[in-house]
Amino acid sequence: MIGQSRNGTDWLAHGVLLLGALLFILPLWLMFAGSTQDSALISRGELSMLPNLAGLGVYADVLLHGASGGPPVWRMLLISFGMAMAVAIGKIAISVISAYAVTFFRFPLRMFCFWTIFVTLMLPVEVRIIPTFSVMADLNMVNTFPGLVVPLIASATATLLFRQTFLAIPDELMEAARMDGAGPWRFLKDILLPVSAANLAALFVILFVLGWNQYLWPLLVATDQGLTPVVLGIVQMIGTESATEWNKVMATGVLALIPPVVVVILMQRWFVKGLTEGEK
Amino acid sequence: MATLVLDGLRKSFGAVNVLKGIDLSLASGEMLVIVGASGCGKSTLMRLIAGLETPSAGQILLDGRDVTRLDPSARDIAMVFQNYALYPHMSVFDNMSYGLRIRGMAKDDIHNRVQEAAVLLGLGALLDRKPRQLSGGQRQRVAMGRAIVREPKLFLFDEPLSNLDATLRVTMRAEIRRLQRRMGVTSLYVTHDQVEAMTLGDRLLVMHQGIPVQLATPMEVFERPANTYVAGFIGAPAMNFLPATLSHGGTAAQLGIGPLIPFADGKRPGADGRTLTIGLRPEHVLPAPDGLPMQIDLIEPLGSETVIIGRLEGGDMMSVKLAGAAPASETMSIAIGAEHLHVFDAETGLRLDPTN
Repeated sequence: MIGQSRNGTDWLAHGVLLLGALLFILPLWLMFAGSTQDSALISRGELSMLPNLAGLGVYADVLLHGASGGPPVWRMLLISFGMAMAVAIGKIAISVISAYAVTFFRFPLRMFCFWTIFVTLMLPVEVRIIPTFSVMADLNMVNTFPGLVVPLIASATATLLFRQTFLAIPDELMEAARMDGAGPWRFLKDILLPVSAANLAALFVILFVLGWNQYLWPLLVATDQGLTPVVLGIVQMIGTESATEWNKVMATGVLALIPPVVVVILMQRWFVKGLTEGEK
Repeated sequence: MATLVLDGLRKSFGAVNVLKGIDLSLASGEMLVIVGASGCGKSTLMRLIAGLETPSAGQILLDGRDVTRLDPSARDIAMVFQNYALYPHMSVFDNMSYGLRIRGMAKDDIHNRVQEAAVLLGLGALLDRKPRQLSGGQRQRVAMGRAIVREPKLFLFDEPLSNLDATLRVTMRAEIRRLQRRMGVTSLYVTHDQVEAMTLGDRLLVMHQGIPVQLATPMEVFERPANTYVAGFIGAPAMNFLPATLSHGGTAAQLGIGPLIPFADGKRPGADGRTLTIGLRPEHVLPAPDGLPMQIDLIEPLGSETVIIGRLEGGDMMSVKLAGAAPASETMSIAIGAEHLHVFDAETGLRLDPTN
């Protein structure tokens, strides 16, 4: 069927794809074009679709000096990057270990532990934000980097995902490794993680973007300007209508987009490769 | 080279008794094949020996050392799995050398051992490949290579050929046998395939519902099956069974369907009238002009021979194996000779041997 109407469907499919791509690119382009133009012009709603190349200097300006008296954007980017990396790696590390425990080991209350983790799915940070903040305050972790990151790390979603991945791995693989003399850590390191590499990569991408986009928790716990992640920083740049330097806001928006996009592009290649090279 | 002794080995999962007491002793360099229908406990037995399961009772002695409670890695046993269980992300070389690397062997020694095994198995050119780039037979060889390089005291084979196609199975079967002989490693081979069982083993252990039924050489098992289960399980097509009673002072069997058959090899114990089951292999049933009439249900031509499955007048099923082509008719007439008869007690199913 695909062969018969190949040309017709091709055009249609490409048309739809092109339209979709345009829809997604347009606001991004508008943001980029806007970042290079005069702030007052944008305020009046006279936003041109063409970038003003002379205005590109705004990027260096926001990176080094920030806007509206806020911290420089390079610092915000650094905080965001650190937060996203710590959340992604921390979540993966904790979930791999807990999924490994509930999948491959038989211990008392195993299923109870699993369901306890499962139930926390219903309790994301947003739901328990006051008690979590209170705990952080008691531990003197408000306005510290660990305070920003640690509550975001606990994750039932990733644990469930890894449990499913691990359940799909044939028992014989573990048994063969045991007969080869691999202990639990060696099996995890030498066999389980490499075999699940594709899932690790996929999850890393998702978690990195999730960590990068965190808003509510940083808003609450990172009142110190030195700890402001870029997503929060953008919002703080927007003051009253006339005082807002829109070109700087948009430039920061563009800068804030780049790291997650780079991570997606780099890792996507890797995990597609991992998927296609999988054994089955 | 090592001996293996199993002493009263039992295993139950909850209330289910999977193994009901296994005593077994393997001589050094011997290859023992464990055969039985699925669910007979043969795989569990192997996993107990490997250390992947803990026995409920009993002992496992490898070379005189009690290994019953030892970790699999401490037992010096290598196992070839049914689905090969190769590490998918490692090259053939890494797959084969993984166990040695964990044991901290020197790099040069590992290299030599793997090379040696690769040459032996014809894997020399494939050492850099990943398992997914190999055919079924090659994967099977890698799995064996992984066992060989360890130079273990004991090989365990868990239905290693059942994932291969028929032609390859025959080739690999011969190869395993050759390899095992050459290396002289004591081996245990689990299968449900009776051809593998017959051809591979020095001795054969037939298991049924967690109990070892017969332990003997393959020919002995074939020629003198210990009971009706073994008789029906070993040999293809399966042995024919006919109900009968002992008669003429134990020298003959009165078949339920009529004829009286004198025993060629001697008198059976018991009083006249004892109920018997007479076993007769299909290849020993011969066409005879004025024998028992048989209705033919199915003809299976196998090329060099033909299997005819039919029904005797009393309703008993009977299969006949003939050399050459089948007669083109719907009925045939067969004779049940006095030679090659297997006599079993109908109640216990146990073999009745002549008492002279």
